[in-house]
Amino acid sequence: MANVFASIGDWVNERAPGLMPVYRKHMTEYYAPKNFNLWYYFGSLALLVLVNQIVTGIFLTMNYDPSAAGAFDSVQYIMRDVEWGWLIRYMHTTGASLFFVVVFLHMFRGIMYGSFKKPRELVWLLGMLIFLVLMAEAFMGYVLPWGNMSFWGAKVIVSLFGTIPKIGPALQEWIMGDFLPADATLNRFFALHVIALPIVLLLLVVLHLAALHEVGSNNPDGVDVKHGPKGNRWDALKPADGIPFHPYYTVKDLVGVGFFLLIAAFIIFFAPTFGGWFLEHDNSIAANNLVTPAQIKPVWYFTAFYAIVRMIPSAFGTAVWGVIGMFGSIALLFALPWIDAGPVKSIRYRGTGYKVALTIFVVAFLCLMAIGMDLTDEYFPKLFGAGIDITLWDNVFGRIMTLTYFGFFVFLWLYTHLGWEKTKPVPERVTTHD
Amino acid sequence: MTKPTLLKRLFPAFALSLGLLLAGQPAAHAEDDGQLMASGANIRDQASLQRGARLFFNYCVGCHSLKYLRYSRMADDLGLTEQQVMQNLDFTGAKFDDPVISHMPAEDAAKWFGKAPPDLSLEVSAKGADYIYTYLNTFYLDPKSPIGWNNTTLPNAAMPFPLWELQGEQTAVTRPGSDEVEKLELAHPGKLTPGEYQQATRDLVNFLEYVSEPAALQRHHYGVWVLLFLALFTLLAYLLKKEYWKDVH
Ligand code: HEM
Repeated sequence: MANVFASIGDWVNERAPGLMPVYRKHMTEYYAPKNFNLWYYFGSLALLVLVNQIVTGIFLTMNYDPSAAGAFDSVQYIMRDVEWGWLIRYMHTTGASLFFVVVFLHMFRGIMYGSFKKPRELVWLLGMLIFLVLMAEAFMGYVLPWGNMSFWGAKVIVSLFGTIPKIGPALQEWIMGDFLPADATLNRFFALHVIALPIVLLLLVVLHLAALHEVGSNNPDGVDVKHGPKGNRWDALKPADGIPFHPYYTVKDLVGVGFFLLIAAFIIFFAPTFGGWFLEHDNSIAANNLVTPAQIKPVWYFTAFYAIVRMIPSAFGTAVWGVIGMFGSIALLFALPWIDAGPVKSIRYRGTGYKVALTIFVVAFLCLMAIGMDLTDEYFPKLFGAGIDITLWDNVFGRIMTLTYFGFFVFLWLYTHLGWEKTKPVPERVTTHD
Repeated sequence: MTKPTLLKRLFPAFALSLGLLLAGQPAAHAEDDGQLMASGANIRDQASLQRGARLFFNYCVGCHSLKYLRYSRMADDLGLTEQQVMQNLDFTGAKFDDPVISHMPAEDAAKWFGKAPPDLSLEVSAKGADYIYTYLNTFYLDPKSPIGWNNTTLPNAAMPFPLWELQGEQTAVTRPGSDEVEKLELAHPGKLTPGEYQQATRDLVNFLEYVSEPAALQRHHYGVWVLLFLALFTLLAYLLKKEYWKDVH
């Protein structure tokens, strides 16, 4: 048996001598720092979810009907008549939400350990592009089942473009191909969702990893192992604190995959709607432009950005400021490598001001999410009495949180450019591994 | 490291936010003001599903369809034979593999009730089992309503109360000096005692919950095995990792 594999291997190598060096460069001879912690699982998990979305998506496409007349019925057909269709669909819907869970944690890791800093700015920028495309991909996918939330969600999100002065209304119509989300909208969103955006996403992920492997991974200590002492058990010229990605991190990532799949399977089999957060109740009603859902709000992973739109008031006769604010909140993340000029990467050795600011930033982000989810409407009266003016409270609280979100970046710029940060000494070598 | 890692220090915050998130589940429908009764529906109770199906086909299918449910699928899932279904439940002359379609023409229904009775295939997914359970328990006689009935859960519902001979007739006790309904009283008992009626509506809602997602039966069935397999997989992966990492210092 081994002989057969060896001779197949030889046969391929003779004809494609470039393959093995690529494999070695990225797997067995890619030396990753040995101190990765839990936060470093999310990159490989994002890859896993990406593959899951593509594979389950292909099977969904086989039975889904991208027309306004047939879409809703075809989803029920998948749920009831297609063999294992329900499993495929729940893997796809749960995968979509978990994609964002994983990517948010992955991004937070990057901020916390300064992975966006030199020399990994390009890794970060490509990551942010991935994030943008992922949001577009998720939004269009959410429209496809053509439930009432799909319809109204699409209407509200597309109408954001309608706020742009002068060209807004025409742009909105151009995006939808109609005056309302309609058959034409669904057709084009389907095309973008199943082929155009996935190709872009795949390409960006390949570039993201290529860029990363060019400079090497950061780690929880923010120490560049490439600049540290040389010589490990495998190679005298490679970083002393590096270990081959394969087999060390492949087996380690496998443990992460196991845990992740346990959580995912629990949701898929026992709570696929996740209490209405992953699959919303109003989407069990077919799209209907005459019946407005009681609350129109985007899926949970868009809620923080949506809250920013809502919290920024109209001024000078246009509502475009909210939309600018939303895109601005993402643009600032793109610019992070230039906003944060602190010389120390990892939060472990950064100034107290940074730690406090980052904590406040996370709290503000979660609060914006809660506002976008309308949780504040529910909890404020419970916490502060039924008599309060909810809209007023929401607006005051939401605006404070929006300012806090943007304030983080302002603070970070001042803190690091004006030299206010008092950092701790960074160790020469990585400190821990498990 | 001697200091707890950031993750460990942040953990309580994460746990708390997850808890808050789950506590604040989006309401399944707009009318929920915290007054819903718990349906206690359990789709694994097959006898209850069968009783619920019988009620549905006796009292509801005259107006409401279940267009996404086939008689044959129902027979499989509820442990009924083709003969049992065709004789006792299929009153419309539909074929065994056909979906459950009410015979009432939609235009007529719209004319009679002011609104065509909706298909109920996904009603539980959209509104929640508790909502429908409460709705079926809160009809009352209302002389001011054109159809003679009203409902506290869905005020001015266009639906006449089909189960009145089972529950009997409830009347509303209003708050002094207003139209606001304070509580409902059973003015004329029906064929069932209040306890029996609640069980009957529980069965009916249970059946509708099954109809809105028949796959739920399979999910629960396979889910346990999938989790056990993955637990074993994770354990093996962990042991493998430990073995490989022994020599990393
Ligand atoms: C489809 C989505 C994504 C996939 C499949 C993906 C994949 C990966 C993988 C496999 C790694 C190496 C393992 C790790 O460090 O965890 C990585 C590293 C990294 N990713 Fe992503 N990523 C995605 C999205 C993003 C996004 C949205 C960002 C941020 C805007 C981002 C920023 C980074 C950074 C900065 C690193 C280097 C981390 C370090 O070395 O400390 N990635 N990514």
